[in-house]
Amino acid sequence: MSDNIATVAYLGAAILFIMSLGGLSNPETSRRGNFYGMVGMTIAVLATVFGPRVDLVIGLPWILGALAVGGAVGLYAARKVQMTQMPELVALMHSLVGLAAGFVGFASYVDTSVVYSGAEKAIHEVEIYIGILIGAVTFSGSIIAFGKLSGKIGGKPLLLPARHALNLLGLVVVIWYGVQFVSAPDVNAGMVPLAIMTVIALLFGIHMVMAIGGADMPVVVSMLNSYSGWAAAATGFMLANDLLIVTGALVGSSGAILSYIMCRAMNRNFISVIAGGFGTGGGSTPAASGEQPAGEVVAVSAVETAEMLRSAKSVVIIPGYGMAVAQAQHTVYEITKLLREKGVNVRFAIHPVAGRMPGHMNVLLAEAKVPYDIVLEMDEINDDFPDTDVSIVIGANDIVNPAAEDDPTSPIAGMPVLQVWKSKTSIVMKRSMASGYAGVDNPLFFKENNRMLFGDAKKMLDEVFVALKG
Amino acid sequence: MSLTIGVPRETFAGEKRVAAAPEVVEKLIKLGFSVRIESGAGDAANFSDSAFVAAGASIAANAAELYSGSELIFKVRAPSTEEVAAMRPGTTLISFIWPAQNPELMKQMAERRLTVLAMDSVPRISRAQKMDALSSMANIAGYRAVIEAAHHFGRFFTGQITAAGKVPPAKVFVIGAGVAGLAALGAAVGLGAIVRANDTRPEVGDQVKSMGAEFVPVDYQEEGTGVGGYAKVMSEGFQKAQRDVFAKQAKDVDIIITTALIPGKPAPKLITAEMVRSMRPGSVIVDLAAEQGGNCELTVPGEVVVREGVTIIGYTDLPSRLSKQASTLYATNLLRLTEELCKTKDGLINVNFEDEAIRGATVVKEGEITWPPPAPRLSVAPPQAKPAAAAPVAAKKSAHGHGGGGEPMSAKTLTIMFAVAAALFWLIGAYAPASFLGHFTVFVLACFIGYMVVWNVTPSLHTPLMSVTNAISSIIAVGAIVQVAPPLADSASGRPDTLILGLAVAALALTAINMFGGFAVTRRMLAMFRK
Repeated sequence: MSDNIATVAYLGAAILFIMSLGGLSNPETSRRGNFYGMVGMTIAVLATVFGPRVDLVIGLPWILGALAVGGAVGLYAARKVQMTQMPELVALMHSLVGLAAGFVGFASYVDTSVVYSGAEKAIHEVEIYIGILIGAVTFSGSIIAFGKLSGKIGGKPLLLPARHALNLLGLVVVIWYGVQFVSAPDVNAGMVPLAIMTVIALLFGIHMVMAIGGADMPVVVSMLNSYSGWAAAATGFMLANDLLIVTGALVGSSGAILSYIMCRAMNRNFISVIAGGFGTGGGSTPAASGEQPAGEVVAVSAVETAEMLRSAKSVVIIPGYGMAVAQAQHTVYEITKLLREKGVNVRFAIHPVAGRMPGHMNVLLAEAKVPYDIVLEMDEINDDFPDTDVSIVIGANDIVNPAAEDDPTSPIAGMPVLQVWKSKTSIVMKRSMASGYAGVDNPLFFKENNRMLFGDAKKMLDEVFVALKG
Repeated sequence: MSLTIGVPRETFAGEKRVAAAPEVVEKLIKLGFSVRIESGAGDAANFSDSAFVAAGASIAANAAELYSGSELIFKVRAPSTEEVAAMRPGTTLISFIWPAQNPELMKQMAERRLTVLAMDSVPRISRAQKMDALSSMANIAGYRAVIEAAHHFGRFFTGQITAAGKVPPAKVFVIGAGVAGLAALGAAVGLGAIVRANDTRPEVGDQVKSMGAEFVPVDYQEEGTGVGGYAKVMSEGFQKAQRDVFAKQAKDVDIIITTALIPGKPAPKLITAEMVRSMRPGSVIVDLAAEQGGNCELTVPGEVVVREGVTIIGYTDLPSRLSKQASTLYATNLLRLTEELCKTKDGLINVNFEDEAIRGATVVKEGEITWPPPAPRLSVAPPQAKPAAAAPVAAKKSAHGHGGGGEPMSAKTLTIMFAVAAALFWLIGAYAPASFLGHFTVFVLACFIGYMVVWNVTPSLHTPLMSVTNAISSIIAVGAIVQVAPPLADSASGRPDTLILGLAVAALALTAINMFGGFAVTRRMLAMFRK
């Protein structure tokens, strides 16, 4: 295959990727979008393998082998993963892209078959340096994100003293060794600064994600997604490959925009989320939140809950991470179906950051076959709570916390929340009185019109379902 | 000091509605207002004084007492000269006004220093639907039109096969598929008739079909949608084509219900005397546009007449003929408007001109005529303007290789951003080699495309989108493949082949996991999304 044909194939692949992202912005076209992505990827890989830059005789067995092994693992993981574990899987996959970018960077550096000189050499080496840097940050950051999401690492933000100074110091060191690296006379001399930088980048990635609170995790996942794109783009510069640049930039900028959209939905400053912890200043740590909410908590049983649902005309269900953990989405839908047959207007209210990944709840409800026209965004449904008879909060906490609106000292002040307390009755299903991911108490539990249904969400909902049918 | 809402008896001849219902009164009191009802105001709508008292209202013996003791007046019909004179200066009036048709009344109310909110001027935006009294009244009128037609029509609506013979179903033709037209369609379909409808706006065809009726289009190319979703005046050619359709329908159907209105214009004459003559004896025409002159040439506004054997109903008070229903719905519309005026729920009102709905409805404010309102803002415009402003920021940041998104920028910061970006671009242009520039151009443009494509994604698809972008980022495989075994010239010695091969194959295997896994998982997720 000639050089020109390969270039044209790359152009086609790039266009397919753009169409793929465009298709994914609407449920009607989303499946087609995914298909475009697959076709684009196939074209890109084939054009490269049979292109002018691969010696087929030596390369083909290796390439096929690697693709077969990786592909088998990937397909297996994709088939086996539970929908509730989706965030972890996505985070883990990001780390693979980061690691691969690092490998490609190193390989490119030690490759002496391509010789540059002057400004070209400097730029090439800067590209390698940045490529490995981003790759390493993506890798370690994603691993930590995976750990946090799967519960292997605690969700609380780890706030080292002087963490901003540490990050700054790291940056200075990285730049210093960058200069050393570019001025290094040969590959062996350059290896030392490169290795030191890689270690710092890995540490930086760990530190960055460790410092981010659990409630901000969706933003982090989408941010890492963006990083993996930038890593691909940097690799593209390194190898002078336009397809890599285009695709990397597409993924990078779309991930950044997605993070930004989510930050805006949470009324949170983008920079402060990345810098870690809550709020812009360092002063408002979760522990410093105002006085304990006082009042009485009224617990109800599953049978009483069923009774309330049966006599309601309008019900809003607010799912949170608890529903995902308990795998309760199918029971939720069974109850929904039953109530809708009885003529009760049941709708779902989805907070933009419910769950641990953007759109997490939508995916789970879709898995349970809940029709997406009764699944509403926060802005669409918030005004309807005063006309709602019963709101059921299933394993969510911070996103229904009235303190965000009433208490300016609260760490989550200013974050838009679902105003469930305005409905006639709210029922909160929870395992205990523990505070949510943000570590903030929730005055909702103490409101007069609130009831608590303690227990595992799945078990409780099963009981409610049985009581409703009986 | 909370305000007192006064609800007078309607004095317009034949008007049976009242601007309050007991259940609405309760809610108004909850908002902090006191409510006063003129004695007997609700009689014609079957709301007794005692029902209002039970809901918490007080009763004023006569109109004079009511007007002198109320700061806020709720009415149905536009006030008469005497009624305006009875109001205290500074009173706020909420009622139907029709400012375009009543310039004299507007002047008088301004002189009286009233604040007037016209229920007919509430803008047609989705947020204001709950206060759209025109729609609620039109709905009632449409329903009642079918009931009136059935009353004057000498046959069943539904077809039947009985022991005494076969009864064909009635055929109903509805002209104008607005709120009234759709309500009429629904009622007529419900009675079992064969129903057809026509409208100049082609996009309502689906709504007509959704009601179980058949849409009869006019075969002539012209866009019939005017400002705000209302119809507009059509061209001569279209009108001729339309008359042909109507003439054909007139010969075929038993009942015609016309609802064609164009805002601020006399009703278009759609049914000619000729067409009436062509209808079967015993047929019925209900003309909902009678008040604006009628869609039928032979309509006598306010009366039922028989012409050429066809009964033509020209009632102008159809909503009033369902007085209890109309009063309840109208009172609820008033309540919704009051809630908007009284966001603080303390019994005081704030005529906030920042609020588009309130601004549109207010025709007189403290003695000044504020009608017509400025052109409505296009509701879709703002969310699109914002990304345009944020775009350069995102691209500039990404030029540094950081994953930063934009923040909402003021004009000043935007200028600085542009300046920085320009300086950066200049530096790159001055020092970087040409080969880099080519790649750089591609890079920056791709950033923009990614940004444009993703900005409008629906939140429910965030996860699949992320998962597919993740899969796409395995494009890095291409980078690994070219390193596996590049065609080398013999002279390239000293290349650590094994090391590079190892790294590249490992990288390729890793990305392959991502590539196959990512697409497969996305596919699995998307397969679950259904309506």
